[in-house]
Amino acid sequence: MTVPGAWYLGLAAMLFTIGGVGLLVRRNVLIMFMCVELMLNAVNLTFVTFARMLNDIGGQVVVFFVLVVAAAEVVVGLAIIVSIFRRRTEATADDISLLKG
Amino acid sequence: MIHAVWLIPALPLAGFLILLATGRKLGDPRAGYLATAMMVGSFIVAVGVFFDLMGLHGEERRFEQDLFSWMQVGGLDVHVGFLVDPLSITMALFVTGVGALIHLYSVGYMHGDERYPTFFVYLNLFAFSMLMLVLADSFLLTFLGWEGVGACSYFLISFWFERPSAATAGKKAFVTNRVGDFGFMLAMFLIFATFGSLNYVPVLEEAGTLAKGTASAIALLLFVGAVGKSAQIPLYVWLPDAMEGPTPVSALIHAATMVTAGVFLMVRVNPILDVAPGVLTLIATIGALTAFFAATIACAQNDIKKVLAYSTVSQLGYMFLAVGSGAYIAAIFHMVTHAFFKALLFLGAGSVIHGMGDEQDMKRMGALRKWMPITSGTFIVGWLAIAGVPPFSGFWSKDDILLGAWEKNRLLWLIGLITALMTAYYMSRQVYLVFFGDERWKHTDQKSSEEALTEPDHEPAATVGAGAHGGAHGDFKPHESPPTMAYPLVVLAVLAAVAGILKSPLEHWLEPVLAHPHQFTSSSGTKLGLILVTTVAGLAGVGIAYAIWLKGRVEESAMEPEVLRRAWFVDELYRKVVETPGRALANFSAFVIDAKVIDGTVNGVGALVRAGGSRLRTVQSGFVRNYALAVAVGAVAILAYAVARAG
Repeated sequence: MTVPGAWYLGLAAMLFTIGGVGLLVRRNVLIMFMCVELMLNAVNLTFVTFARMLNDIGGQVVVFFVLVVAAAEVVVGLAIIVSIFRRRTEATADDISLLKG
Repeated sequence: MIHAVWLIPALPLAGFLILLATGRKLGDPRAGYLATAMMVGSFIVAVGVFFDLMGLHGEERRFEQDLFSWMQVGGLDVHVGFLVDPLSITMALFVTGVGALIHLYSVGYMHGDERYPTFFVYLNLFAFSMLMLVLADSFLLTFLGWEGVGACSYFLISFWFERPSAATAGKKAFVTNRVGDFGFMLAMFLIFATFGSLNYVPVLEEAGTLAKGTASAIALLLFVGAVGKSAQIPLYVWLPDAMEGPTPVSALIHAATMVTAGVFLMVRVNPILDVAPGVLTLIATIGALTAFFAATIACAQNDIKKVLAYSTVSQLGYMFLAVGSGAYIAAIFHMVTHAFFKALLFLGAGSVIHGMGDEQDMKRMGALRKWMPITSGTFIVGWLAIAGVPPFSGFWSKDDILLGAWEKNRLLWLIGLITALMTAYYMSRQVYLVFFGDERWKHTDQKSSEEALTEPDHEPAATVGAGAHGGAHGDFKPHESPPTMAYPLVVLAVLAAVAGILKSPLEHWLEPVLAHPHQFTSSSGTKLGLILVTTVAGLAGVGIAYAIWLKGRVEESAMEPEVLRRAWFVDELYRKVVETPGRALANFSAFVIDAKVIDGTVNGVGALVRAGGSRLRTVQSGFVRNYALAVAVGAVAILAYAVARAG
């Protein structure tokens, strides 16, 4: 039995929403970061699904690009988070508003 | 030698460049001698070229030298080149000759001035510009020299720029000249549009084919230029003020360079003028009026140099009268004799000023012939020449002009005749006041009431010692000037006395330059009668002055009405008509347009950006989650829009 494409899309939408809402409501930087990853992978899932539904390899290719970018982002993002935690024992996203205009 | 014509302007240019670089090191007086040597060299080359040109015959007496291409723009290809013909070489000869004498004189006159080398830098540049003007083979190159003499006159008139009056006079000369230059430029545009060339040779050869309207327009515009440069009504006002410069500069401007440029230009373009008879009449009228008008003013001036200045304006009027009458050769002849006797008179006046310890008021001079024998002797020769006493040079040239005017229009002739009488009168007045009569400089307390009217600051800062009016009184004794100043006077006096013999050679010599050789048509009886009348008028002027200024037959002040002393209030009129509205416009531009409108716009834009920025900065909260929300809302909005459009 094959799972219909719409289910995947639904799952991806749910994951994306969870990620988005999490990003907006949580203050812990690490959690926010994980939410971003969640959103990215939700998008990946969408791409793969459409690639299969439309029989177009392009969707799968894009996923590779997204993964590469996500990996790079993880490296930079985690580095920033680690250096923030070195300076402050406890930090939420709202404490760090140095770029306030 | 004729191929060395480029050396004539090149030598003063070299002098200018050398002095510019090393003038300070050379100092006083070597810088002066270097400049003089350059002018003498230039004169020698000019003489050589002259003899080479004389070796050619009639119509062949023309030599063109093309040096290099100056600029090429579209159809306009301007070359730097020289046109050597009887006219240009005549001009070059007396510009370099008289110029060299004036340079030599300046060596002595400027001695002790703190900017001595600079003076000679300007003087050489001045000579170079004038030589470019006369030797150029195209209108544009002439214009280069034309502007050059304008700029140099500005530098030199305001040479003692510490004095506000000198600085103002320089500006006045420059601005007034610019008005005329405008006419010259427009004329060049029109010539180029008509002929497609600015070179003299093709333009003047085809001038006969011009339509009358075009020819009149070109002639009129060129005349506007000449009016500015040669100080005719209504643009003559700068010339009397130019007296603020050092005296050798006055001599150079009035005699050899600058003011003769306008007359030269008119004679140069005589083929165009011949096609425009209306403009010729205008030129003759303006010339006669200027001659008369300036002569009346000269009758009532007390400054020794101001008299000569107005006399120059008047004599230039004569030259334009001659041009307008079609007697081009008479104009050039008078220009040459005038160059001699006016240079002589100016240098003589400078010598007097020098010897009197920087006194310029004639009412405080007198009996100087005992103290300054060379100066007074030569000055008297100059006086007789300008007064038209036979057989001195001025007599011959003035006579030719009046003959031309007689044939053109009897009224113009009458004005010219009256002017001749007045010329003799005011020059005699000057000579009697300066060299004869009582030794008025001995009486300190005798202050003439005219003093308040002459400008307060007359002393040239240059010459030795005292420098103030007081120097001319008390134990003071006038003294003769040093040899470098006296020798040029003697040379010029000889020339001014005998230049009349140039009359018929010059007529023959200049003939190839003219499109239509001008012949006086009057019978020899008429000619003789006119000569007699002119001579009588000149002698009458001398006699009247003798009765008034030496014998005291008439109350002196009656001969100097206020209106003449103040030069018919022309300066006041110009101030009202030109300066007042001009100043109002400038104030309006500066304090309303600039300060309010332009600054307001610029500052307004700045204020707007600042205000907008301070409002918008609150958006930048620094909270990452705020930004994320904004991104989310934005994404949703775009999606909604896309969906709505698709639906």
